Parts: sequence; C-alpha cells; structure tokens
Amino acid sequence: MSDLNVTVIAGGLSPEREVSLRSGSRVADALRRAGVEVELRDVGKDLLPALAQDSPGVVFPVLHGIAGEDGTIKEVLELAGVPYVGARPHACRTAFDKTTAKAILDQSGLKTPESVTLPKQAFHDLGAAALTARVVERLGAELFVKPRACGSAFGVSRVESAGDLPQALMACFAYHDEALIERRVTGTEIAVGVADLGDGPRALPVVEIDAGTGLYDYTARYTPGAVEFHCPARLPAEVAKEAARVAVAAHQALGLLDLSRTDAIVTEAGEVFVLETNVAPGMTETSTYPMALEEAGLDFGVFCRDLAALAAHRHGLSV
Amino acid sequence: MQSDEPSRRGADPWLGHYAERAAGMVASEVRALFAVASRPEIVSLAGGMPNVSALPMDAVAGLMADLVTERGPVALQYGSAQGDPSLRETICTVMAEEGIDAHPDDVVVTVGSQQALDLVARVFLDPGDTVVTEGPTYVTALGTFAAYQARAVHVDMDERGVLPEALAETFARLERAGRPAKLFYTVPTFQNPAGVTLAAERRLRVLEVCRRAKVLVLEDNPYGLLHLEGEPMRALRADAPADVVYLGSFSKTLAPGLRVGWALAPSAVRDKLVLAAESAMLSHSAFAQLAVDRYLRTQPWQEQLKAFREMYRERRDAMLDSLEQHMPAGVSWTRPGGGFFVWVTLPEGLDSKAMLPRAVQSRVAYVPGTGFYADGAGRRAMRLSYCYPPPERIRDGVRTLADVIGTELELWETFGATAHPHSGGPQTPGPDHS
Ligand SMILES: Cc1ncc(COP(=O)(O)O)c(C=O)c1O
Repeated sequence: MSDLNVTVIAGGLSPEREVSLRSGSRVADALRRAGVEVELRDVGKDLLPALAQDSPGVVFPVLHGIAGEDGTIKEVLELAGVPYVGARPHACRTAFDKTTAKAILDQSGLKTPESVTLPKQAFHDLGAAALTARVVERLGAELFVKPRACGSAFGVSRVESAGDLPQALMACFAYHDEALIERRVTGTEIAVGVADLGDGPRALPVVEIDAGTGLYDYTARYTPGAVEFHCPARLPAEVAKEAARVAVAAHQALGLLDLSRTDAIVTEAGEVFVLETNVAPGMTETSTYPMALEEAGLDFGVFCRDLAALAAHRHGLSV
Repeated sequence: MQSDEPSRRGADPWLGHYAERAAGMVASEVRALFAVASRPEIVSLAGGMPNVSALPMDAVAGLMADLVTERGPVALQYGSAQGDPSLRETICTVMAEEGIDAHPDDVVVTVGSQQALDLVARVFLDPGDTVVTEGPTYVTALGTFAAYQARAVHVDMDERGVLPEALAETFARLERAGRPAKLFYTVPTFQNPAGVTLAAERRLRVLEVCRRAKVLVLEDNPYGLLHLEGEPMRALRADAPADVVYLGSFSKTLAPGLRVGWALAPSAVRDKLVLAAESAMLSHSAFAQLAVDRYLRTQPWQEQLKAFREMYRERRDAMLDSLEQHMPAGVSWTRPGGGFFVWVTLPEGLDSKAMLPRAVQSRVAYVPGTGFYADGAGRRAMRLSYCYPPPERIRDGVRTLADVIGTELELWETFGATAHPHSGGPQTPGPDHS
C-alpha cells in the first residue's frame, strides 16, 4: 500500500469551510498514520494546476456544502481525469438537493417528512401571508424550514407556531433561494453511516443524537459536549436494524458510492423518516461518522486508505 | 454530566469540570462564516487588520538583525514583569503626542493592549460587578468582562460620542439598583466599532461625571494617532491622571504581530497590574519590546505614521464615497475622523446577522452589530472596516454589499408585515476580526 498517495481537498468557499478544514485535516492525519502519503489542499486557483502536475494520486474530497457536495468538485475531478473517493457528480447533485432526493427516496418506498418546496419569488408574487397560511393549513405549524440545498444545519429553523414562519423563511433565504418546509416529525434523531469497501454498502452502527431540549444546530454540532451521542443508539434491535436498512436503501436509491451518512428521525412507533443523505459526511472530532466507524471496530485511517485504494482500482490503477 | 452508559460517545469527558465563565465559549455560525471571509476571493470589510505591508520591511529586518547581534543575551533573556525601562521611556514620548505627561515608572508593558485590558479586569472585577461601556463597544472587551463574569451595561452615543447626561443617569440608576459601576470602559477616539470620537467639549464633562460617581475610567486608545484630519485628540488621561487607566498599543501604529501594548495607571493601580502581569506571563517577550524600542529610536516613525494616515485616509474616503453612491435609501452610517471603522445602520426590519450568509455568498463580509453589545442590541447595525483592502476592493465590496441589502429589503417587503423579530443572543466574532 505504500505507493498509494492521496490528495485530500478541504476548505472551499461554502459556509462549511471551517468544518471542512477540520474534517480534512483529520482525514489527512488518519491516512498518514495508516502509512499513506498525503497532500492537503484547499480549493483555489492553484488546485487544477496542482492536480495536473504533481501526480496527485487519489483525491479524497472532504468538502461540505455548495460546490463540495453538490457535484461540482466531482465534475471538476472528472475533467481533471483523476480518481476520487465518493459518489459521481450526478448522484452528488441529486443527494444534495433535498427536494429531488426526497422524491427519489419516496419512489423507493422510504419515508421522509411531508413537505413543500417554495422559492422566494413565490412569496413575493403571491403574498407571504396568504402562502404561509396555506402551508400551515397543509403541514401544521410545527415545522422545520431548511434551505433546499445547504449543509451543517445552516439556515435551518425550527418553527413552533405560524408566527415564527416568516422569520424562519427569511433566515433560510439568506442561504438559498428556495425553502424546503417540512412537517416536524418527533422522535429520536439518528445518523447512520454507510460504508462500501467493495463488497456492497453496509450500515455502520447507528448513532443517536440527543440534543436535549435544544436544536441540533451549528453550535450544538461543533461544540464538544453540547449534545450527547450514543453509539450504538439506544433503540430496540429491530428498530436499529430497520434504520440500517433504510440508510443502505437510501445510499443505493441515490446511486452513491463508497460512503454516505443518512440523518433520520425514529418515531415512537419505530418508523424511520429520512431527513437527508450526505455524500461527504463530516469527519470532525464531534462528527458521527468516525464515531460509528470506531464502534464498528474499524480504524479510521485504514478505512480511508481502503476507500482511496478502491477509488484507484475503479480508475484502473493498481496500487 | 458524567455518565457510565457504555454507548455514550464523542462527548467532552471534562464537560462537568469547566468553570462557569466558559459557558459562552461555543462554536458559532458567525465564526464559521468568517472562516470563509478570510479567503482572498472575498472582499472582507470585517477584519480590523492594519495594513502592515506598508511598513519598511527592510529597515525592520535590519534593526531586528542588529538587535540580535548587538544585544542577543538581553533580547533572548527573561525581562521584568513591568517591561523594558527604555521602552517605557519611549512609550511616554509617544503618549506626549496626545497631551499626556507620564512617568515611565507608571507604565506597564503588556502583550497587546488586550492583555492590559485583561489585567485591569483581573484586578478590579469580581463576578457580578458592573462595567459601563459605550453601546456599541469593542467586542473583545466584552469577552474579557464576560470572562471575569462581570456585567456590561451600555450607554448610548451620538455622532459626538457618549452622552455625559446619559452616563450620569446610568451611574445613578445602577447605584440605586445596588449594583454601582466600578469601571467606565471607553474607546473615546475613533471608536471600535462605531468610528465615533468623543467631542473635545464633552471630555471634561465625562471625566467629571465619572469622578462624582467614583467610577474608574478605562481609556482604551489604540487609534489615537491615526487621525485622518487635523491634530491628534487630547487623551482623557491628559486631564485626569488620578482617575484614568490608559491603555495604549503599537498594534495599529506599528505592527500587531509584535504584540506590544501598555497600561498607564496611577501608581497604586500600577503596582497591582505589575503583580498581575507577573502571574499572567512572568515577563513579556524581551525581544519584541527591544525591537519596538529600537524601531522608535532609530526609524522616522512620525513619518511612517504620516504615510499610514495618508493610506487610511484614501481608504476611508473610498468607503464613504461608495456608501454615498450605492447604498439604498434608509441606510445610514458614521463618518470617522480616524481609525479603521464605519458603523452602518440598516433600515427598519433588517437583521445584519441573518443577512451575513447572503453577503458571504456574494463575496463580501462585514461584522454584524449584535457582537458589539452585551444585551442583544445592534441587530440592524454592522461594522465595516476600511483598513485592509485597497480602495478598489473597498469600492467593489461596498457595491456588492449595497446589492445584498437591496435583496434583503425586497425580502423584508415580502415578509415584513408578518415577520416578528426572532430572539437569540449575540454571537461574538473571532479575535481576528477584532
Ligand atoms: C478598541 C481596541 N482595544 C484593544 C485592541 C487590541 O489591541 P492589541 O493588539 O494592542 O491587543 C483593539 C484591536 O483591535 C481595539 O480595537
């Protein structure tokens, strides 16, 4: 394996830059400890020349948010003709667009919270009061408002009553021109990692996220100790199994490769509602994916190295 | 919070150990956005970084080399907690520019004026004590007061600085409430963040109000010599040596990387500050102190300051001109006579923090106003700085920002009638934006 070298790309210009830098340096570090030669790079004018020159080996993109998870970086890597870890451009684009992803999951028989997607312009043209009233009529007033495509809970608001909705929409529209308004499903919040080391996608142990009475928002996500994680989740065995099945099914339905993380809510009745599936799961100290790997008894560095080797193999390289 | 549940993961095992004062030290969305703002693709009107590349680097390199060659054993050794005596003399000549007549014995050299602020808070503030400050005020001072678990109470300003009557009323109100103010923290000249200067005719009145209320004045003055018109303002300390602790800094007039600032205090206070400095850092970097001293004694620093002022004047003018040219109706801003900052107030209904993601996506950054208040005020305000980007970039940035505000105004038109302001405490930006 010693002749495998990997370029980790992290940073970028999305609001998740900081998260990405933290994930990226952790992946790079783990790879080095697994004996891989690693180059860590940001997205900028020097990236393409570097990929063209330095025989970059396999690229491991650890970019979150727009341009990171929406398929752009993958499209660029395809153009550069280098092997990379993770899903192809089209699949990334689909998964990152929550509205499209929900439709695909729905067709595959998976449950997602009932929702509507509305552009900013619609509120302007039709009148915000009339339109929000209709939304509340349909979905109730206990809602989540999310940018149609964005990560790390940026621009996400929890709506408790109809009066909160306009402000939540304004906050959302600062990140994206379309809002996904979802009926709030209450239950246990979970994250299920999926890993495919060449023998088909398999679910990692389920991580339960206990944010107490708070919201699993940006602060909660990246302040150690702000939320409690349990892995394995404190769920009945058959429910955990169902969650695992759902995560693998989502990974397949969206046509993903190598790794993904599905965030979901498990209701009291044991139903699993998918919130979203991420193609570039966070890899920071407080992220759930590395936790699940650990619980599965997998070494983080070796896992990343195996994914890189797999990507090289897909590309027809032998390492 | 410790638990024996085997499944518990990723939590901080020391969670139960933190001091109460660490409660506010959490990740924030605003900090995350600033991580993007530091990229060259973004016009950052957020940071307060001086443009150090305008320094004569060859001369600085030469004097540092000479310093090591000639005085290595001193420059690389421990020094005294109070600071290098020669530098303290030099500091007195710098302060003389603002009318201050000081003795080097009363100067304590610190790691930036930020540390002087910390030391003053350390020796004066108990948990629950009250500090009165301008509203808005310097964000990291609020962080310092919070770290000592003191409460900050704001007094309003107008375009000529803090209102003496409002200050007197605030002191009286706090006294009646049984929480008398201990300190009045003020940045009277070219204030960070408002760009406002306390008018000469109000200065004696402010000192009088503080003296009557027995409130110690903490005058923080890093920008005093960066006046873009006329002569430097006379410092508050110049007229009340017994009632003012004065904080100075070479961060804006020379280079923040050297981390040399100071406190000038009445002698009894100075004694405490020296002891506090000793426990905080043993001694400051002798190398940095000697380098600053040598720079001031061998280089034409007055000329250099003049060059800085010309550069910053051009940038300020670029910012004020383009604000005038591009901002939609209903937006207002201050017109600083020096320093680095312009304070912009948005039309009713807009929220500068909620708007920041849109701005960063449009590739311009600013600091939302709420960070400069301890009480959640400042939602409609933002701080713009003109110190770092060159004039053309400033113009581009302001033009982009005007578009962003325009879009936000349209949103507000759409939702305004139905929206009510959401709550949520202030989030403080990172130190690189102080
Ligand atoms: C008002 C004010 N006080 C203090 C400081 C800190 O300066 P120093 O670099 O000397 O610690 C700053 C820096 O931005 C400032 O604006």
